[in-house]
Amino acid sequence: MRKLHSFSGGIHPPEHKEQSTREPIAQASLASRLIVPLQQHMGAVGDPLVRKGQRVLKGQPLAAAAGAFSAATHAPTSGMVSALELHPAPHPSGLLALCAVIEPDGEDRWTEHSPLDWRNADPQATLARLRDGGVVGLGGAVFPTAVKARGNGRPVDTLIINGGECEPYITCDDMLMRERAPEISRGIEILQRLTGAREVVVGIEDNKPEAVAAMEAACGASAIPIQVEPVPTLYPAGGEKQLIKVITGREVPSRGLPAEVGVVCFNVATVYAVYRAVELGEPMVSRVVTVTGNVHAPRNFECLLGTPVGELAALAGPCVDTDGFIMGGPLMGFPLPSDAVPVVKATNCVIASSEALFPKPPPPMPCIRCGRCAEACPAGLQPMDLYWFAKAHNLAKAEEFSLFDCIECGCCDYVCPSHIPLVQYYKFAKGEIRTLAQEKETADRARRRHEFRQYRQDREKQERAARLASRAPGAKKAPATPEALAESQEAE
Amino acid sequence: MTLVAEQASVSRIMFQVLAALVPAVAVYVWYFGPVILVQLGLASAAALLSEAVMLRLRSYPVEPFLRDGSALVTAWLIALSFPPLAPWWLTVTATVFAIVVAKHLYGGLGNNLFNPAMVGYAVAIISFPLQMTRWSAPTALAAVPLGFAEQVAYVFGGGLPAGLGLDAVTLATPLDTLKTHLALGEAAGDIMKMPVFGFLGGEGGEILALAYIVGGIWLWRQRVITWHVPVMFIATVAVLAAAFHAANPAQYAGAPLHLAGGATMIGAFFILTDPVSSPTTPRGKLIYAGGAGFLTYVIRVWGGYPDGVAFATLLMNLAAPMIELHTQPRVYGQRDSGRSGGGKP
Repeated sequence: MRKLHSFSGGIHPPEHKEQSTREPIAQASLASRLIVPLQQHMGAVGDPLVRKGQRVLKGQPLAAAAGAFSAATHAPTSGMVSALELHPAPHPSGLLALCAVIEPDGEDRWTEHSPLDWRNADPQATLARLRDGGVVGLGGAVFPTAVKARGNGRPVDTLIINGGECEPYITCDDMLMRERAPEISRGIEILQRLTGAREVVVGIEDNKPEAVAAMEAACGASAIPIQVEPVPTLYPAGGEKQLIKVITGREVPSRGLPAEVGVVCFNVATVYAVYRAVELGEPMVSRVVTVTGNVHAPRNFECLLGTPVGELAALAGPCVDTDGFIMGGPLMGFPLPSDAVPVVKATNCVIASSEALFPKPPPPMPCIRCGRCAEACPAGLQPMDLYWFAKAHNLAKAEEFSLFDCIECGCCDYVCPSHIPLVQYYKFAKGEIRTLAQEKETADRARRRHEFRQYRQDREKQERAARLASRAPGAKKAPATPEALAESQEAE
Repeated sequence: MTLVAEQASVSRIMFQVLAALVPAVAVYVWYFGPVILVQLGLASAAALLSEAVMLRLRSYPVEPFLRDGSALVTAWLIALSFPPLAPWWLTVTATVFAIVVAKHLYGGLGNNLFNPAMVGYAVAIISFPLQMTRWSAPTALAAVPLGFAEQVAYVFGGGLPAGLGLDAVTLATPLDTLKTHLALGEAAGDIMKMPVFGFLGGEGGEILALAYIVGGIWLWRQRVITWHVPVMFIATVAVLAAAFHAANPAQYAGAPLHLAGGATMIGAFFILTDPVSSPTTPRGKLIYAGGAGFLTYVIRVWGGYPDGVAFATLLMNLAAPMIELHTQPRVYGQRDSGRSGGGKP
């Protein structure tokens, strides 16, 4: 048992996890068509590698990784690419994204793939496998795993595997750990070798005893020492920064990376995807998704990426009064603009909502500065002050009061007696600040271009004048080159 | 907006505060007669009416804001800090001023710089000092106890029953008595043997203080207030009183009188804890309450007013934004306080 630490704040919302853990993970049936956004990760996106009308095999790349900070995207099943078009992506605004639409042929035939002997392979080959296998962080940030695992020149001493899964309703990581712990421990071994970490700790909230037991059994049988550490259940203990604090006592510097304090952290589902990409050679084409909420049979499904949310939810039998779907949990998730949007790598949970399940909050009242948000904030912020600044559009002040240290966990919203949608204000203010910074950057670039143009025009005018002067009667022979011109000017 | 939320609302908080005042109201009725209920009713009606008018004038929805209970809290605090026999117009004027000027002209719920109830109290004691210092004697001590009907008649301007002077039914408060007699050169120890002082801090007053403590502890258990302000305020008053008493017992009363007497306990648990007009940071609350305790003691002992809680509160209200600015807690991942700035997005 290691000494655990604690972070400030946190809340204990009702968990609602038991509904979706009664049944084992089921295989979702093949959807009528799969809509696969070509970008499902942070970073650059490659050009499409397929054309409309082309036949593809399961696992065939649809878009390659573009550069170092990227990951590939693959066909989740075999079939025909019926379209390459803009399609609503799972995003609160209904943002359109370039998607490959695949009509499955029902054969689900794999493209050629092979395991990698990672123990004897060059680490670069393993990293390339992760990048080309489309492995990204499945905890929500979809950061390319290869980028994180390659270390970036900073020595890492602690590898943390995040099995926190603290948000209510979501149980996909819990079920994955219960059922596939040996595979996860193989994935941990791969990542340990890549990162070179001396210490490996799996952090699991102590409300998941079955997952803890399964992981302890699997990790105990591993070739490397892996500690399984139950951590106190307190939302958001599964937040990366919070889990790192709980396990190591170290704090990730403001706006910095965990590697700066010698830590690297991967979600258990990511680790499982690493195992599949490396040991089985299977690129990431599916993931486990919790389907719960206002449905008759909540459970977890192993689901092909690109499956429309409506078709996935239908497998759990939505109740008749279902009025929409939430992607993610009830604190950080967002309502989907339509049930036609696809499951993507970042989709951990789909919750069918209804007025009875999530009643509309009463209209917001003014902030009375009761301070409950500050007590609940896991980042140690003063949310009521940030709200005040964001509302007044005082962006400089909001930034000065550490707006960008907000992790948007929703604890403040949850406890606010005035029912103010606080996180919405923070997201808005962050967006405004980023937009302004971009505009300033654009304006600076335009100004620099303009200044250079003026400089160039002045110079050309001078050169022309000098040429004219040299052609005038009685003048010396005109210098032939700009260098000579400059010399002659200096001589004068 | 998160889809789930704790069962909490502004009106729930405000009604919890009102509920926590009920023990004190009961004690008040027992020791000073039921006329306090008339004062509470008067203040409540004046507060709700002026709140409704101001909401209408400011084009705010009247019903949800009337139901938030904040105007009632202001009204009750005014009624409980006024002399029970205060004339009706004084209670109404103070309440209307508190709601109209101190609350709504500063932006309404959540925006007032000053504690509205204490603004109402300050206006009354500055403008009508005579009426504000005539406290009805505890029923047990009055030369001629007034009946409920006679008390009500007096509040509404009906005067006293024939043959009774005001002195027969009112008494100066213990703190006021102490100050007056000290000025006459008497020793504090002798003065405090007078019956008005009761066991600790005034006949009736000490039980009232206990009732405020009971209600306050319940509020703390309900997470409506934190421990910082009451503990720091009470500790500061107690330490100052004990220190001066130890240095010169003849001139300075000890800690028991200062804690049990006057508005110390209602101030500690119900007035200084007003979240809107006090700092929100933990360290800020301690500084704020310490300052209020210091000012309360200074005004009581050397100032011209019988008690100092109201003015101490208002002065510390002024300082609250500055205190808050300089007591920002450390943010996760930062070395110093939350006001760091940080780099570019």
